[in-house]
Amino acid sequence: MIITALIIAISVITLFAVLGLVLVYMERKVAAFMQIRLGPMRVGPWGIAQTLADTVKLISKEDIIPNGADKFLFNLAPLMVTVIATLALAPLPFSDKWIIWDSNVGVFYVAAISSLTVISILTGGWASNNKYSLIGAMRSGAQIVSYELSVGLSLVAMVLLSGSLSFSDIVMTQQDAWWIFKGHLPAWIAFMVFIIASTAELNRNPFDLPEAESELTAGFHTEYSGMKFALFMLSEYINMFIVSAVAATLFLGGWMPLHFGQDNFFNHIMDYIPPLVWFAGKVFFIIFLIMWFRWTFPRLRIDQLLTLEWKYLLPISLINVLAAAWITVTGWHF
Amino acid sequence: MEQVQNIVSDRELQGSNLQTQEYFINVGPQHPSTHGVLHLKIKLDGEIIEDVDPILGYIHRSVEKMCEKLSYRQIIPITSRMDYLSAHINNQAVALAVEKAMAVEVPPRARAIRILMAELTRIGSHQLWWGVMGMDLGALTPFFWGFRDREMITEMFEETCGTRLTMNYIIPGGVATDVHPDFIGKVKNYIRHLRKKLPEYDEILTGNRIFIERTRGVGYLSPEEAVSFGCTGPTARGSGVSCDIRKWHSYDGYDKLDFNEVLFNEGDNLARYKVRIKEIWESLRIIEQVVENFPEGEVMGKMKKVIKLPKGEFYQRVETARGELGVYIVSDGGNTPYRIKFRSPNFSNLSVLKKIVVGSKIADMVATMSTLDLVIPDIDR
Amino acid sequence: MSYIENILSTSVSLLKGMKMTGYYFSHPKEIYTRQYPENRKTLKLPERFRAELTMPHDEFNRHRCSGCTACEIACPNGTIKVLTYMETTPDNKKKKRLDTFIYRLSMCTFCNLCVDSCPSDAIKFNQHFEHSVTERKQLTKVLNRQGSTVTDELK
Repeated sequence: MIITALIIAISVITLFAVLGLVLVYMERKVAAFMQIRLGPMRVGPWGIAQTLADTVKLISKEDIIPNGADKFLFNLAPLMVTVIATLALAPLPFSDKWIIWDSNVGVFYVAAISSLTVISILTGGWASNNKYSLIGAMRSGAQIVSYELSVGLSLVAMVLLSGSLSFSDIVMTQQDAWWIFKGHLPAWIAFMVFIIASTAELNRNPFDLPEAESELTAGFHTEYSGMKFALFMLSEYINMFIVSAVAATLFLGGWMPLHFGQDNFFNHIMDYIPPLVWFAGKVFFIIFLIMWFRWTFPRLRIDQLLTLEWKYLLPISLINVLAAAWITVTGWHF
Repeated sequence: MEQVQNIVSDRELQGSNLQTQEYFINVGPQHPSTHGVLHLKIKLDGEIIEDVDPILGYIHRSVEKMCEKLSYRQIIPITSRMDYLSAHINNQAVALAVEKAMAVEVPPRARAIRILMAELTRIGSHQLWWGVMGMDLGALTPFFWGFRDREMITEMFEETCGTRLTMNYIIPGGVATDVHPDFIGKVKNYIRHLRKKLPEYDEILTGNRIFIERTRGVGYLSPEEAVSFGCTGPTARGSGVSCDIRKWHSYDGYDKLDFNEVLFNEGDNLARYKVRIKEIWESLRIIEQVVENFPEGEVMGKMKKVIKLPKGEFYQRVETARGELGVYIVSDGGNTPYRIKFRSPNFSNLSVLKKIVVGSKIADMVATMSTLDLVIPDIDR
Repeated sequence: MSYIENILSTSVSLLKGMKMTGYYFSHPKEIYTRQYPENRKTLKLPERFRAELTMPHDEFNRHRCSGCTACEIACPNGTIKVLTYMETTPDNKKKKRLDTFIYRLSMCTFCNLCVDSCPSDAIKFNQHFEHSVTERKQLTKVLNRQGSTVTDELK
């Protein structure tokens, strides 16, 4: 039991490190290509070791705690944000065999854990003793608490359609087709609402008000430097991975290959591609989508942000839940 | 503990009203959205701005005092460093003032080159502003696209004038050297390039709903206020105040060209944005007309080696990318000015900031600052 | 109904923007970056580019500076200092000769006024733009070479 736990812990930490490196590199390259630049090119061929070099730099940087900061909370916040990101990873099925904790309430668990992020951001912003940080933290509070509702409701719609709270069961229900294909309009709407709302929960552009570098310099992590800043950054990317993994599992079939109907020639060909590749491909597709948003759109203002949630996303997802329920009851999906 | 008790008792006194407190926040001198070393002391109530107090002088280099010790030819490179994004036009202002005082005739080719350079500068400045505007609103990509198009302009400048930013090219009597043989061809290429790329500006930013929501109705400047604060350039023209010096007090042969003064009446950030985008199109039209009938001949009028202005006072204004730049020279008959005063557009445009941002949110202030298009070294001089 | 129209028009405008960034992402040919130290060999600056003041010398180590200090007077910020001495020519005339031409790169604004003012084309700007040095005093340069003399025509 202990050995299993150890193996899992080590592999999760390794996954984190690799994900952090890969996603930061990917973000920089995606941004660069959209901005007609080359991006990092110096460290290694095409700059692939750039993030590694940056990590070394961040580790060796001075750790600054500002005067008048609440030392305990200031140090706790980056730790908390990383732990929360780690916890949410547990019930996600990476392939048909790879799943850390096959919980029967996986969807519920992820929704509950990921909404804890706001506490660490509030802690970090408040403990920094900086007005920019505080404004950023308060914005983050308003933002995450409201967008949590839309995320939850779009999850509910999918849970209704698939009839299960367990991620592995949800994947199994998509054996004949992914929910995005067979769920009709409700699945599409839920998918879009989920992507928009979870981008907001990730504090990424166009919803990056807590950071808003042109307004608040760096928002809630203005005062953080060195490895503590790196932890905030890492957890942002891990959260992005988790959100994308949830979206991929619920809407795009998780590790399930592209199937149409039962037992036909097309499905057998698709089965030759290993499930892990399917999963990674879908996750990275959604990550790319979120990055695409970031490098295209301007930032919203705080009142527009809340208008979008309360006047648009929330009513739409409420109606969507009804529609999903109706489809489930009538069995209209195939 | 005492404080907490105070708050609690206050709350009890006021029913359910939470007690809030205003606070100050220093934006700048180092801040991503002030584009330089402008320092704004902002009084905030939550996110709402209650008061803005611009603190100037971080980049004061006493340009006017320095000019009193320099000959008229030596003043030119100094003026490039005031509004560095309109360097050519700043040079032109001093050159025109000196020419006016000495009654020197500038050859037609030099005048055509001046117009070309001035309009290219205007386009470059507006492109940089467009990119920075996107960046201030959180979209980083336009920044690089704007810089790409501006880079081609600076390359043309580099080839003809020898430098990229502070040219020292337009001098009293004409221009320093004739244009590079490739210059006209490159300008023609550039017009074609920009006519293709400008619609992209609209697709990524102007048409974007988020952008429109962020700018429409924000930072309203009424025409009366624009006039009374002395706003000029696109800032005033966004409020419907006609103030284009090229039209009203034409110089260097602008009166012979066919172009429109861009006017929008809304007075908000979106109107100021649209004025600048339209001005790029108008500048392209001007450049096309000049390039088509590019005169041959000398580029330097008859100037003495040592420039001495007659005794008296001389004033010349030009339209920079940001508004009206006035040069006021008092001469005592010597080879250096007795006093020189620059009426910079940015100083007046900044002074209106407090009027239009009070009551809006922090994010709106950033957007408004952006559409005022401030160049800080020109404010402090 | 305007509610749905609002959502649709917003989505269309946002998709348009994404189409543009997507276009650039999928067309790496549009990349405008030039990698500087790598392209050093092919990097060609225009011949008018002003990077550093130099005094060209011919093959007999002769320059064209007569020591008139016109450049020193023309410089707006005291970048140039011309030190001269008096030489007696064979036909017993006293003539000014250049001793040291000091150029302080750290103060130069590259305005080209010195080159414009020079009556004998003794100085010009080159395109060597890599100015960084490890010590500040290395930025103060002597432009005339050791043992150099003025060309015959200016003697």
